[in-house]
Amino acid sequence: MNTSKLLRLPATIGVLVSTVLLTSGCKSMIVFDPKGPIGSQERDLIYITTLLCLIIVVPVLVITAWIIWRFRNKKDNNAPYQPIWSHSTKLEILWWGISIAVILVVGIVTARYTYALDPAKPIASDKKAITVQVTSLDWKWLFQYPEQGIATVNYLVIPERTPIKFELTADGPMNSFWVPQLGGMIYTMSGMATTLYLQADEPGNYMGTGANFTGRDFAKMGFTAKATSKADFDQWVAESKAKGKALSEEGYQQLAAQGTSDRLTFASIPSGLFERIVHEYSTSRGAPPGYTIRARTLSEEKKAEHTEHSKNGQLPPGNNAQKDAPDVRSFGQSDYNSHNMHMNHGK
Amino acid sequence: MRGGASVIDSIKDFVSWFFVTGDPLIYGADVAIVLTTVAIIFVLTYFRKWDWLWREWLTTVDHKRVGIMYIIASLLMLFRGGVDALLMRTQLAFPDLKFLSPEHYNEVFTTHGVEMIFFMAMPLMFGLFNIAVPLQLGARDVAFPFLNSLSFWLFFMGAMLFNMSFVIGGSANAGWLSYPPLSELTGSPGVGEDFYIWGVQISGIGSLMTGINFIVTIVKMRAPGMTWSRVPIFTWSVLSSCIAIIVAFPVLTVTLALVFLDRFLGAHFFTTDGGGNAMMYVNLIWMWGHPEVYIIVLPAFGVFSEVVAAFSRKRLFGYGSMVFAMLSISLLAYFTWLHHFFTMGSGADVNLFFAITTMIIAIPTGVKIFNWLFTMYRGRITFQTPMLWTLGFIPCFVVGGMTGVMLSAAPADFQFHNSYFLIAHFHQVLIGGAVFGYFAGLYYWWPKIFGFKLNEPIGKWAFWIWNIGFYVCFMPQYFVGLDGMTRRLSSYGWDKGWWAMNFTSTIGGFLMGLGFLFQVWQIAHSIKFMEKDTTGDPWGARTLEWSIPSPAPLYNFATIPVVTDRDDWWEEKERIAAGKAPKARPKLEPIHMPKNSPIPFIQAICWFTVGFGLVFHWLWIAIPGFIGIALTMLAHSFNYDTDYYIPVDEIKRTEAKAGRIV
Repeated sequence: MNTSKLLRLPATIGVLVSTVLLTSGCKSMIVFDPKGPIGSQERDLIYITTLLCLIIVVPVLVITAWIIWRFRNKKDNNAPYQPIWSHSTKLEILWWGISIAVILVVGIVTARYTYALDPAKPIASDKKAITVQVTSLDWKWLFQYPEQGIATVNYLVIPERTPIKFELTADGPMNSFWVPQLGGMIYTMSGMATTLYLQADEPGNYMGTGANFTGRDFAKMGFTAKATSKADFDQWVAESKAKGKALSEEGYQQLAAQGTSDRLTFASIPSGLFERIVHEYSTSRGAPPGYTIRARTLSEEKKAEHTEHSKNGQLPPGNNAQKDAPDVRSFGQSDYNSHNMHMNHGK
Repeated sequence: MRGGASVIDSIKDFVSWFFVTGDPLIYGADVAIVLTTVAIIFVLTYFRKWDWLWREWLTTVDHKRVGIMYIIASLLMLFRGGVDALLMRTQLAFPDLKFLSPEHYNEVFTTHGVEMIFFMAMPLMFGLFNIAVPLQLGARDVAFPFLNSLSFWLFFMGAMLFNMSFVIGGSANAGWLSYPPLSELTGSPGVGEDFYIWGVQISGIGSLMTGINFIVTIVKMRAPGMTWSRVPIFTWSVLSSCIAIIVAFPVLTVTLALVFLDRFLGAHFFTTDGGGNAMMYVNLIWMWGHPEVYIIVLPAFGVFSEVVAAFSRKRLFGYGSMVFAMLSISLLAYFTWLHHFFTMGSGADVNLFFAITTMIIAIPTGVKIFNWLFTMYRGRITFQTPMLWTLGFIPCFVVGGMTGVMLSAAPADFQFHNSYFLIAHFHQVLIGGAVFGYFAGLYYWWPKIFGFKLNEPIGKWAFWIWNIGFYVCFMPQYFVGLDGMTRRLSSYGWDKGWWAMNFTSTIGGFLMGLGFLFQVWQIAHSIKFMEKDTTGDPWGARTLEWSIPSPAPLYNFATIPVVTDRDDWWEEKERIAAGKAPKARPKLEPIHMPKNSPIPFIQAICWFTVGFGLVFHWLWIAIPGFIGIALTMLAHSFNYDTDYYIPVDEIKRTEAKAGRIV
């Protein structure tokens, strides 16, 4: 018994220290500091489910501690002892009931949010959505802007308060596109295109990352998503068109080879490149060669049926503290030339 | 002369390709492996133990000895998987650290996952099955003792094959579930993936056979009077786990076979070029993989139920509800696999279905927690080590279950998926659930297995260090995940702000390692200052295994007990304490026992040979291996000399030695 008394002190200190460490870390967590309607709703859902679970978890932990203390085997413990008592229909109904009720509530909340936050569901807005076609490569991200006719590597510029329709695929191992402050992730898979709508409500640099393991330089698949005003965005597009280099088919093949890359800007893109990347791997789905329709996710096809709008528009509270990412403007625009494509083609 | 030089060159080339080179850590391991092997050979030879090793262990079909071998092997694998974990935590302790290269880091985390799930959790669980189930049933062995031994040796050889990749050929590095196309030839051109495929495949076949064996044992070999409502709760948990095994493991076998065909014959089941589909693999592997986590955790629930009742000196509360909960978990486990890829864009309908089915599992699991609590309620709780691990499990699993429900809400999962939040969750349920449970089981049954108790004070130190280490290690990971850190990152920059939490986590990891060392010390200390268990029932427990001497004699029960109650041994003790006559025992009769056989060991070596040959595409090794498997099967089929009888005199002598009068 002496040892357990001895251990109680370090145990208490350990718990206290970790509590302090953890609560001090909370303020800066980016999932809890969303900057767009999708991210805010996801944060709300996380809060709701956490609270609903805590309704059960906290009392259970308190009851556990009390039972262990109350019924510990001590000589002077006068707690009742009923060694045969092992069944009570009332009690069993009670906790089956509580468990079912809580899961029912969590389930209903989840159902509502699952339809509202279907990644392929457009964000209601008076502004027209901008399409960005995302391709995960080994080990870099290619972002094509089909409407603007430009492309970037490893950085993304988007106008604020405008829905962005990301169309995603992979030319290589499957990856996952994730900009936590704008909203949740979605897989990029070769031979398929997924759709993800996100929107930034205020300008800033947001951390983006690949979330699904893809091999050696997976850790280098971070990118910056920069949200700017519409005017700045248009100016950036114009500058990119003027100063970037054209992306040729051959250039794409070089880019797609294994290796990491700096941030790059391309003034033009071959037409239909994204669709060709998708269909290069989709022979099993019967796409005739060269036939380029946008591969659609199931839910996108259902979009016509579901006309409800997501709850968007409310600005999340919060500060402008962002992850320390370098300003996108300082690179990729003017100083691009063919020599700074530091690509490492394989080993 | 030139010819001679090129032969030497090609030998050099071969050696540098065949053996893993270039890393001081690996060279250290090479030296350690050679020294350990030499030491083992020396000790066995010096003490003339080769014959003993062969007769008593390598050829044994006794479930208790098979169980002990499972436990020893799995604890060694726990050590290795743990060292891998500490290597990773060291690499992540500081940003931009160059302790492990990205390639090496990828190999280490892949190995860590494979070791811990396939070669630590599964065999430790099977060890407990083997030790406890026949004894709880009042049986003399499992239904198929030969098959049981074969299962063990397949696991062992599979594990050895996988472990070899670390010094020969190179390790797998595509993650513990080897998603294509990363695990295909394009992504992993080396032999590491083939080692993974065959290591897991061979041991997986062993697991499937164990599942079949224990279902038959539990259905057919219960002592007379043991109706389904009197089956001990741990045995129920084993049954529900085995039901999941026999449905899940064939899926794994087929999936691994298909990915092997992709790699070996250039098929395109899972390569997107050529019409295959990588997501098909992801579906298949999780159709096995999600039930797998319940397979691992259900027996731990059984252990907790036994331990809680024994150390509260009270009947298990809500037995019927517990059994129903476990069986429903083993069924529901099949409707949850898709929650591992909510983010693949399958649409709201599909995501919602799997979100709800996943959440539903929280209901029976939550009910079990309440039942454990109310088993303690109005009991008399004592705090020996098995009970401590059980009590440590409750808060840990409650919190892990809560984060599981949070993860199951599909749109919330878009933010948690593949992040450290997920890592923290599954370590919390797998360590807090399964590992704590197996530790509780190991401490609980240790006296029954070895005939002596483990030292309690050192065990309590180990428990507290482990637990504090656990929370310090995994709690920060929830938060660093919410801060955008994804799993399997080999390094990260200072600018991310993840340093403090990762560093804390690393400290916790090393504390858990220290806890493990305390357990090693505890075992060594207890062997030296042995506290012999002469009663056969050191804890005042409730089920049949405690009615026989410790360690259990070869034949387990001198006479097969007739069961009249759920906690039959407890009721018997109560009757004796009340001055009533104990149950009448039938007269001793010769006991029918299975004979030892070298075939499982030899056949498993043949499997190892096949695996090794196919890994390197050397058919001249693989084909003799196949022939060996066929021959050993044939030899066993025509072997009619498989059993013998233990005479009554010998039983009398054995029982008298253990202080029993029959």
